[in-house]
Amino acid sequence: MSFTVRKDARGVVVIGVDGQLIVGNRHELKQKVLDAIEAGERKVLIDFTSTGYIDSSGLGALVSLSKKLRDAGGDLRLAGLNEDLRTLFELTKLDTLFSIADSAEQALANF
Amino acid sequence: MAPARSSGERAVEISLRVPTDLEVVEEAVDLLARHCLASGLPPHTARFNFRVVLAEALANAIIYGNRLDPEKSVDVRVVVSRSGLTVQVCDQGDGFDPSVVPDPTEPNRLERDDGRGLFLIRNLVDEVRFNERGNTICMVLRRA
Repeated sequence: MSFTVRKDARGVVVIGVDGQLIVGNRHELKQKVLDAIEAGERKVLIDFTSTGYIDSSGLGALVSLSKKLRDAGGDLRLAGLNEDLRTLFELTKLDTLFSIADSAEQALANF
Repeated sequence: MAPARSSGERAVEISLRVPTDLEVVEEAVDLLARHCLASGLPPHTARFNFRVVLAEALANAIIYGNRLDPEKSVDVRVVVSRSGLTVQVCDQGDGFDPSVVPDPTEPNRLERDDGRGLFLIRNLVDEVRFNERGNTICMVLRRA
C-alpha cells in the first residue's frame, strides 16, 4: 500500500492510491490531502487506477476530504475506479457526491 | 482447518482468532480468502463480496465491539459448502442493536464519514443474522 503525489501541468494535485484504501492507511491519505491544502492547492484528483479495494473507512475518509476541500474553496475528484469499486460507490450513493471519471487523463482534461 | 461432512455434502470449516488490532484485518482477510476461495472458485463478484464483508465485520468487531481493547479478541468461523459460504464474526463486547443503525444513504447522512460498514455487509450478502446479544454477526453468501 502506498500513495504517490504529483502535480499536473494544469495545477491539479494527483494522488495515486496503490493497493488499498482502508482503515489502516486512510490517515495517510488524509494527511497528504491536508498537506496539499496547507500548501495552497485547491484541485485534488485521487487516482484509483491501481487500487484494488476501498473499505467503508476509506469511503468515509474521501467524504471528509471532499468536504474539507470544498470548505477551502477547492474541489476533490476521483478517477480510475474499477467495476467492483464503482459498485461500492453506487451502493452507498457516494457516486452522487463525487465527480468520478473513468481515467485520470479524462479527469484532468475536465478539471 | 477442519473438514466436516454433513448429509453427504462436503464442507470445510476454518476458524481463526484475531487480536483486537486493525493492522491485522488485511492479513486475516487474505488468509481466510485464500483458504475459503481455493475450492469451488465462486464468481469474481462473490470473491470480492466475501473480502469486503469479512473486512467490514472484523473492523466493526474491533472498533465497536471490542472498543479497541487489546485484551480482547475476535473469533471468526467460516464454513464453505456446496451451497456457499457462512461467515461468523464474534467479538467480546457488550453487543448492540443492529436495528437502530441508520441508513447512510439518507440525504442527511450522506456526508458523514462513518456508518457504512453494516450497510455494505447487508447489501453484499444474501443473509445477515445477529445473535440476541448483538456481538456475533453471521453472513451467508450463497453460490449462484
